[in-house]
Amino acid sequence: MSTVVRTDADETAMERGGPPQALRDLTADWAGDQEAFCQVHWGKAMMWIFLLSDTFIFSSFLVSYMTMRSSVTAPWPNASEVFALTLFGQSIPLILIAIMTFVLISSSGTMAMAVNFGYRRNRKVTAALMFATAILGATFVGMQAFEWTKLIHEGVRPWENPWGAEQFGASFFMITGFHGLHVSAGVIMLLIVASKVLRGHYEQRGYAAVEIAGLYWHFVDLVWVFIFAFFYLW
Amino acid sequence: MATIADDLTPLHHPKTWIGKYVWSQDHKVIAIQYAVTAVSVGILALVLSFLMRLQLGFPGEFQFIQPDNYLQFVTMHGMIMVVYLLTALLLGGFGNYLIPLMVGARDMVFPFVNMLSYWVYLLSVIVLVASLFVPGGPTGGGWTLYPPQTILEGTPGASWGIIMMMASLAIFIVAFTMGGLNYVTTVLQARTRGMTLMRMPCSVWGIFVASIMGLLAFPALFVAAVMTILDSVAGTSFFVPTIISMGEQTGHEGGSPILFQHLFWFFGHPEVYIVALPAFGIVSDLISVHARKNIFGYRMMVWAIVIIGALSFFVWAHHMYVSGMNPYFGFFFATSTLIIAIPTAIKVYNWLLTLYRGDIHLSVPMLFAIAFLFTFIHGGLSGLFLGNVSVDVPLSDTFFVIGHFHMVMGVSPILVIFGAIYHWYPKITGRMWNNTLARAHFWITFLGAYAIFLPMHYIGMLGVPRRYYALGETMFIPDSVHYANMGITIAAGFVFAAQFLFFTNMIWSLFRGPKADPNPWGAASLEWHTPDTPPAHGNWGDKLPTVYRWAYDYSVPGAPRDFVPQNEPPPAAGPGDVKP
Repeated sequence: MSTVVRTDADETAMERGGPPQALRDLTADWAGDQEAFCQVHWGKAMMWIFLLSDTFIFSSFLVSYMTMRSSVTAPWPNASEVFALTLFGQSIPLILIAIMTFVLISSSGTMAMAVNFGYRRNRKVTAALMFATAILGATFVGMQAFEWTKLIHEGVRPWENPWGAEQFGASFFMITGFHGLHVSAGVIMLLIVASKVLRGHYEQRGYAAVEIAGLYWHFVDLVWVFIFAFFYLW
Repeated sequence: MATIADDLTPLHHPKTWIGKYVWSQDHKVIAIQYAVTAVSVGILALVLSFLMRLQLGFPGEFQFIQPDNYLQFVTMHGMIMVVYLLTALLLGGFGNYLIPLMVGARDMVFPFVNMLSYWVYLLSVIVLVASLFVPGGPTGGGWTLYPPQTILEGTPGASWGIIMMMASLAIFIVAFTMGGLNYVTTVLQARTRGMTLMRMPCSVWGIFVASIMGLLAFPALFVAAVMTILDSVAGTSFFVPTIISMGEQTGHEGGSPILFQHLFWFFGHPEVYIVALPAFGIVSDLISVHARKNIFGYRMMVWAIVIIGALSFFVWAHHMYVSGMNPYFGFFFATSTLIIAIPTAIKVYNWLLTLYRGDIHLSVPMLFAIAFLFTFIHGGLSGLFLGNVSVDVPLSDTFFVIGHFHMVMGVSPILVIFGAIYHWYPKITGRMWNNTLARAHFWITFLGAYAIFLPMHYIGMLGVPRRYYALGETMFIPDSVHYANMGITIAAGFVFAAQFLFFTNMIWSLFRGPKADPNPWGAASLEWHTPDTPPAHGNWGDKLPTVYRWAYDYSVPGAPRDFVPQNEPPPAAGPGDVKP
């Protein structure tokens, strides 16, 4: 593998008593030849950078939403009432969203286990766990569809809603919709990778693809945590 | 993965002509596809700018240019030049061609994604060009596309044009993301043996940092595009406040136009540097090679690129001094803007110090590089006026701004691009261009650019606003403005015509040019030392090169030639060499 090449500049810095050894080693690792992140799969590096870029997309969405919410003059609908579900004759605030969040976070757990079993080269368990993750993800999207339907029935539209500022509906549909698309794309990716796992496609070339799919999946979960906090709990 | 080493199997060698040149996964072919598409759409933008000049120089003489058309020309010219020409050509074109060759890789890390990037880019260009033909024509909201006016009736293209424009931008961003991920990952993970980060040529550093910036800045534009489309199609009110349009209250309520401006400029300002940093990097290499001297202060040059890239994310609201945002923001953003002058000045001084007592060869690429120094210093200095709030307010939205940004991010990168095309043409095609035509092209373009943009500063100082179809009879505008406008238009005509010298030269030389030496300039960086010229698929034959030194060993005392290639093993241990 790559042998880190050191330049003379590092040596002289050491003699002069420059920055601490650990920092110098870190710099040497990063700035060495061939690979900045030693032994890191190209796809994995690329996924990390993509996720950084995607973070900026979701941040832009969420910051825009927060700016709008704090600048509108019309009252903002009360999340605990809007997102309440009547079960057994009782109105329970945020119950659906709590279940959705639970499902999505659980799917992160199954995904993490899948990655673990992948690196242990346990083909069947890996595939099974990935299918489980995909099913949990699909359940999440299904419940989101249910929530959308319920709100649309109650008269929420991108341009109006019965309770207050019209930006509520607009940002709700836009942000959860964009996140839902991410989850759906993730489910498709999981299904593809899982079936490849089952076919033994990764026995030769290693199970990095499972981890890369996992990275994306955890990211989508993490984004949901923020949407949950800023949209439903605020 | 470490599969790069010397293993050729991961590369898929296509057999058919279509596989080699159309659905190609070779980074060099993709680079040329990107470049040709970008230049083609750039010619359209050039024609549009000349039509604008015809109207401004000779108002009313050309009946086919109506006010609506004029605004549409302004908008399309700006957006095409900034995004679809400069960004695509510098990153998609030069980035694709140079990165793998300069870092010693066989190709980008994911050639298929790279190919996809080009085709999606082509789609975005098609959508953009299609917007010329939809009912109502393309959008005429100005290249900044500020709502509410872009989506309200009365602005040209408010019904279809703006949607097509925003859709095209969103598609472009998808294409750029696929390309940008490849460029960044290739630089990080696929360098050859001995190619440490601090041995990479400045070109790679500029393209690398610009790609990272693109990945972080374009998301804001993407979000703005999605929200504008929703405002226009789904009746949401993200950006449109309660407003009366055409005597009637619209259905919109409570949106924030300033929010769009923040999102737009969070993309828009880094975008300036997404265009400028690759140009900075490339021009460093041109100057060093053609002055036969190592680049002065290489480490500083690299750090300046990185610092400019980082700082440019904290200055966006200096485009919004007159937007009505909180005045205290102006203080912060003026300060951060002026701080950028420090790393930028480091770069300029280092370029000048590289030239100082160099063995300057006034070849065509060098002429363009030196011309860049002129235009960039001029553009940078006028930027100081606009960066300060109190000076900016009277100059805002005048021709001074037009003169400033055309000098600093229009003419300057374009001059570098011309220089770079002349510089690498022998490597890309294996043939040499005609020197006389190239020199004629240079002098007309360079002097013409001054004839066009210098008077604009004067016109702007007098207070002539930008984006006006006609000035009419106005007290504060003296006759000299009209003469200046006429002069600018005539100069623009010459520069416009001179570009055909360039295209003729490039196309003629492709078939009839004399065979080029594999390394006509005596350059040390890796791309000039490929086994084949032009480089074959896989770039390096059987074995990847090993790098022993930085890219700037020119006129080394005691060396047999006046340059030492990066991949030439050292005779004995010396400074900067690999330790055994």
